[in-house]
Amino acid sequence: MQMNSAVARPQEAILQTNKLIKNTYMLLSMTLIFSGVTAFFSVALNVSHGIAFAASLIGIGLLWFALPRTQNSAAGVPVIFAITGLLGFGLGPMLSYYLSVNPSIVMVAMGGTGAIFLGLSGYALSTRKDFSFMGGFIFVGMLVAIGAMVANIFLGIPALALAVSAAVIMIMSGFILFQTSAMIHGGETNYISATAGLFISILNIFTSLLHILGAFSGDD
Amino acid sequence: MDWLKIASAVFLIAMFFMILPSARRMVKESPKGTSSDWMGFVLPMAVVVLFIILLIALV
Repeated sequence: MQMNSAVARPQEAILQTNKLIKNTYMLLSMTLIFSGVTAFFSVALNVSHGIAFAASLIGIGLLWFALPRTQNSAAGVPVIFAITGLLGFGLGPMLSYYLSVNPSIVMVAMGGTGAIFLGLSGYALSTRKDFSFMGGFIFVGMLVAIGAMVANIFLGIPALALAVSAAVIMIMSGFILFQTSAMIHGGETNYISATAGLFISILNIFTSLLHILGAFSGDD
Repeated sequence: MDWLKIASAVFLIAMFFMILPSARRMVKESPKGTSSDWMGFVLPMAVVVLFIILLIALV
């Protein structure tokens, strides 16, 4: 009897992990499609920078204050859709700009982001490495990047903006490895918060890649 | 300087202070990685960098 329960426990844990990964990727794909639709409407409606900024602000506000309170219940699902929809809507003016100067950049950035995400997730899932040691590095990196972003709002140095974009891609790539490994090793047990983390990483990689490609193609 | 830049700066500073407690906790609680752990991180990052260079060359 003891042996049976000893064998059953890890099997149950594996099933839980597989269920978490499946639910996270299903919700992530649905939220990505939804944010793509809202981004399309934002571009079609030619939304102003002010409205787009307000939408992003509300999205981040929901992420900070509403999601932690709802992520353990069914109410978390509409909240995550609201967050991703608003953040997608907030991309409108940026996408309109790049689509008007060079539409291929948007397509390349989109494909590139997808490839980076799938590659890193696949790497973390197949190697099953534990990336929990990277937590401090990632969060300190985020703080440094935010500090540099604030400084560059006032300094306006293009090279610093590019360096920040490159750093954000590296930090968010690290976060994808960290989050995926947390799902495998039990550090993350909630599929809604896991989806939120991965969505934010994908969004940041996409916008930073767009900025870098725009700068190097001479369109930024 | 327009209001959008000021609002962006205020928003980023707020984000900084929202992340700060998590960062402190992560630095304290994260396990230390061995050199082989870090190599497992550096390798995919190198691939990402090369991939981005390829994308830049494409556009």
